[in-house]
Amino acid sequence: MYVAVKGGERAIENAHRLLAHERRGDRDIPELSLAQISEQLSLGVDRVMTEGSLYDRELAALAIKQARGDLIEAIFLVRAFRATLPRFGATEPVDTGAMQVRRRISSTFKDIPGGQVLGPTFDYTHRLLDPQLADGAAPDAPATGEASTGATPRVTDILGRDGLIEPSPPAEADVPVGDLTREPLSFPADRDLRLQNLARADEGFLLALGYSSQRGYGRNHPFAGEIRFGEVEVEFMAEDAGFAVPLGSVALTECQMVNQFKGSATQAPCFTRGYGLAFGQSERKTMSMALVDRTLRARELGEEVIAPAQDEEFVMSHSDNVQATGFVEHLKLPHYVDFQSELGLLRKLRKEFAVANEAPPMQEAAE
Amino acid sequence: MAGNESLAGENGGQARRKAVMAVLAHSATTDIAGRLGMIALPVHEDLREPENGLVMVRGRVGGDGAPFNLGEATVSRAAVRLSTGEVGFGYTLGRDSEKAKLIALCDAMVQSDEFAAAVEAEVIAPLREAMIKERSRKAAEAAATRVDFYTLVRGEG
Repeated sequence: MYVAVKGGERAIENAHRLLAHERRGDRDIPELSLAQISEQLSLGVDRVMTEGSLYDRELAALAIKQARGDLIEAIFLVRAFRATLPRFGATEPVDTGAMQVRRRISSTFKDIPGGQVLGPTFDYTHRLLDPQLADGAAPDAPATGEASTGATPRVTDILGRDGLIEPSPPAEADVPVGDLTREPLSFPADRDLRLQNLARADEGFLLALGYSSQRGYGRNHPFAGEIRFGEVEVEFMAEDAGFAVPLGSVALTECQMVNQFKGSATQAPCFTRGYGLAFGQSERKTMSMALVDRTLRARELGEEVIAPAQDEEFVMSHSDNVQATGFVEHLKLPHYVDFQSELGLLRKLRKEFAVANEAPPMQEAAE
Repeated sequence: MAGNESLAGENGGQARRKAVMAVLAHSATTDIAGRLGMIALPVHEDLREPENGLVMVRGRVGGDGAPFNLGEATVSRAAVRLSTGEVGFGYTLGRDSEKAKLIALCDAMVQSDEFAAAVEAEVIAPLREAMIKERSRKAAEAAATRVDFYTLVRGEG
């Protein structure tokens, strides 16, 4: 129970003023621009877009600036903003196979059509702090090579041709796509809703769950079949124009996990799969998402549900960091009356305890 | 890629409009405005005031399966009508209503016999060239990071 408490208005106003002052920091240091955040803290922007569930680099950069670099606070701001705009509709599903690839690797096949393209990656860096960067040294221009004109098919499509991997669940006509921003969650949840939930889920939460599944809390046995990052074209069926209009492109990261087999008396064994997709360059996020997408298929694949990562109600109910923050941080709100009643109860219990202990020892032994 | 779509067939007009829209959606507002400033513009009016909103971006399970909702994106849209009757629509990611309006104007002009050639030559062609150049640059940068595997011949024993 919360009680309306009056008298804090001036304190709150001054606290916000102090916050704005602290956010600005030392005024002798140049102020950050949104373009600087967007260009130079781009992976933070990508995370805020993904978990804020809104693709808009400039807004995500503003949110990061306003939140003083607290990404979960920034995600909260972005989520609140999206509620202020009308929704025109849904896009045509994007074709990640036609992605303009900036990075594309497979840990299952060395030689894949289109090749292993490392792109801008932290992999293979020595993770040593770079003093030159502290001094603001200008980096060399990137090297260029001869781009291949061939297609870059998804690795899972190649495996699928031989039937070695299960096909993706096909689109069913007349079945609406679930949207958890419009209808409250109910369980069991279908895969479309699970993937939407995982796409906006907290990266750290998914990372820990994915990791737990690798350590044995839920069967998984994954290989990173493919990870790709790049620009994908988006089209929207515009009722007024009467055809699907191009909107431009979004940067996406996709991860295809390939997992151990499933077969039956009537079906030859084949690899199973888990899927991850996120805005921007979000590799850790999509890998974790793909691991958890696969563990959450336990029920569908007839596996025993024994670990947290396999329990869809547990995962989906606790994955959203805005919801989680709200409930954890609401503890800061005044609980004066609640606490008074607990205090009253505790005093009563202590009194009873004291009375019982003052009594002669014989009586206690007789209990 | 939309820009490479066949312009033949009964939907040729539509495919051409889509190709033009794709180029414009990938171009900067100032570049579009600068290019449009080089030709005489037809008399036109707003059919719909530019408006910002959201679209839900959809992916597919496994990349090729059933659709699911990935997350939203901001979109700006507009519609204009030329005094000669052609109606153009402008849609673009982001919240730049000026850009949506310029795309709508180009879409209307592309449908007009009087202006189609000029828009294509003065606006779309150079912007398309810049877009392809930018894509090629990014592709060449990525290509330089492609791994060329070679096998080390191991010695006896």
